Amino acid sequence: MEALPKITFAPPKAAAERADSVHAVPRPAVRLAPVIPPAGRFADRIFKGLVLGCAASVFAIVVLIVIELVSQSRLSLRAFGLSFFVHSNWDPVSGDFGAFPFIYGTLVSSLLALIIAVPLAAGVALFTTEMCPRPLRSTLSFLVELLAAIPSVIYGLWGIFVLAPILRTYVEPWLAHNFGWTGLFEGAPYGLGMLAAGIILAIMIVPIIASITREVVTAVPRQQREAVLALGATRWETLRIGVLRNARTGIMGGIILGLGRALGETIAVTMVIGNSPQISKSLFAPGYTLASVIANEFTEATGNLYLSALMEIGLALFIITLIVNALAQLLVWSVTRGMPARAIG
Amino acid sequence: MDNDKHSGHETHAWKVSFGRRVANSAATIGMACAAVLVVTPLVVIFSYLVYRGIGALNWSFLTQIPKPVGEAGGGMANAIVGSALILLIASAIGIPLGIGSGVFLAEYGRNRYGDVVRFTADVLNGVPSIVIGSTVWGLLVVTQKHFSLFSGAVALGIMMVPTVTRSTEEILLMVPQSVREAAIGLGISQWRVTVSVVLRTATAGILTGIMLAFARVAGETAPLMFTAFGNQFWSVSPNQPASALPLQIFYYATSAFEELNRQAWAGALVLIVLIVGTIGIVRLVASRGLMKGAV
Repeated sequence: MEALPKITFAPPKAAAERADSVHAVPRPAVRLAPVIPPAGRFADRIFKGLVLGCAASVFAIVVLIVIELVSQSRLSLRAFGLSFFVHSNWDPVSGDFGAFPFIYGTLVSSLLALIIAVPLAAGVALFTTEMCPRPLRSTLSFLVELLAAIPSVIYGLWGIFVLAPILRTYVEPWLAHNFGWTGLFEGAPYGLGMLAAGIILAIMIVPIIASITREVVTAVPRQQREAVLALGATRWETLRIGVLRNARTGIMGGIILGLGRALGETIAVTMVIGNSPQISKSLFAPGYTLASVIANEFTEATGNLYLSALMEIGLALFIITLIVNALAQLLVWSVTRGMPARAIG
Repeated sequence: MDNDKHSGHETHAWKVSFGRRVANSAATIGMACAAVLVVTPLVVIFSYLVYRGIGALNWSFLTQIPKPVGEAGGGMANAIVGSALILLIASAIGIPLGIGSGVFLAEYGRNRYGDVVRFTADVLNGVPSIVIGSTVWGLLVVTQKHFSLFSGAVALGIMMVPTVTRSTEEILLMVPQSVREAAIGLGISQWRVTVSVVLRTATAGILTGIMLAFARVAGETAPLMFTAFGNQFWSVSPNQPASALPLQIFYYATSAFEELNRQAWAGALVLIVLIVGTIGIVRLVASRGLMKGAV
């Protein structure tokens, strides 16, 4: 029996490599017309250079951002050093700048947002992927996506004129009356303040966390669910044991991505947080965040040191969001690995 | 006896205990509640926007520039035109750069360089918009010594790049390898394969990515605050400070004058119609043709 010709399947390489390899194979005795005319090869090189240039510019933009932030904040870096981030006095008049109240405000408002948003986002994501009747599925996920499409200035507008009055007249007095003993809910109910910022941020990050959760939950193989179901588990047990246990790393990634968004959110927070550089245990009190102090004071900043201090806050914000987003990407990749690359945003 | 015990155990397994049933129902109800709670703000925000916006929206709002504070009337015509111009220039910057880098990532980027670009695009995507605004301020406004429409457009253009890049890459990777092979087999040069075959096939999907990036930056306020800055008068010059819809909404919403607050709602309605309209077109394009399910 004649041996079958051996067929090897080349792994899918970039088309460019394969086009080059055409020239690498030994020419057959009968000369064929050149596969690619020299002019085409020249154009190829130009085209590759062009798209490489575009890609390099993405890299250049990020490098430029870093250089600009560092060089603009040089004055402040030299004047205050690292104590800038633990010093809690922000006094433009006497030229004394410390960013701690803003770091505190950013962390508290973002954490508050996570506490509210995570159960809701996980709930709505699991409901759409696992529980919800099929016809309702795409409508529900469209509605959640639509939440992400609302510009932050409109969230802020709604926060000022609708959410804050509701908080002031109903929610905050109720919280103060029933949970005032915790110390988290005391003082005058302004409406605008840390609580309002946390709620607005929560609404804004729900779509991000929900869409990542949906993605990683869908990535869990069917067999996992079937196996648990076959053991007699209820629907919820199937979800908990068969799905969530496998998807938790990715969901964590989605949560951290939401955190990254909350940390950097500017306009909506600026409109509802009250903008006062103070550190207060009460969630009713006004606060200030890294992003909103830049938005509010940048155009009014008099003096180079003042501007430089604001730029250093921008640098800090950049570094924090960079770390948070990188961590999130890593976690999401570890679950959806092998699936096509997907832009997250 | 052993057998008996076994069968007893088996029948028991079929009966779901009360506790487990309660947990199951509680979880189901909890998830449904979460879904309702998430959709509620959406409905409330939209209905409020329409309710307050329709009341304040009229012809002069769309055709006039702002009146001096305290006078009734006036509109946001300059902000609407300003937004349109800023978005036009931003698209002219962001879209070619984004498509180019997307093509690089999909066709030449299955290597270390590609990974670097992919990572930086993701970093850029995560940079808070206010930081992009202050960087562009440092690069353009400081060197030009004045605020300008163009610098605002650059800031928004930069924000479009990562979204367009990653969506273009994703769509190009969905074009079957066999299509490329067939084209190469015909003796067409590499760049023609990419431009006339791969990009042609993926047009609808790339458009979808562009529209999503557009919708994302159309509502951005923070990057415009120190670049386009805002303007109470007519200005279509790229070299002058310009107003934009989100900026105007921001200033009017935080104003103490009720008339201006009212106009902020009208502006918000116009803005959301623009954005939801864009997304509606995206859904329409995405729901048919090759790129079905891409979004």
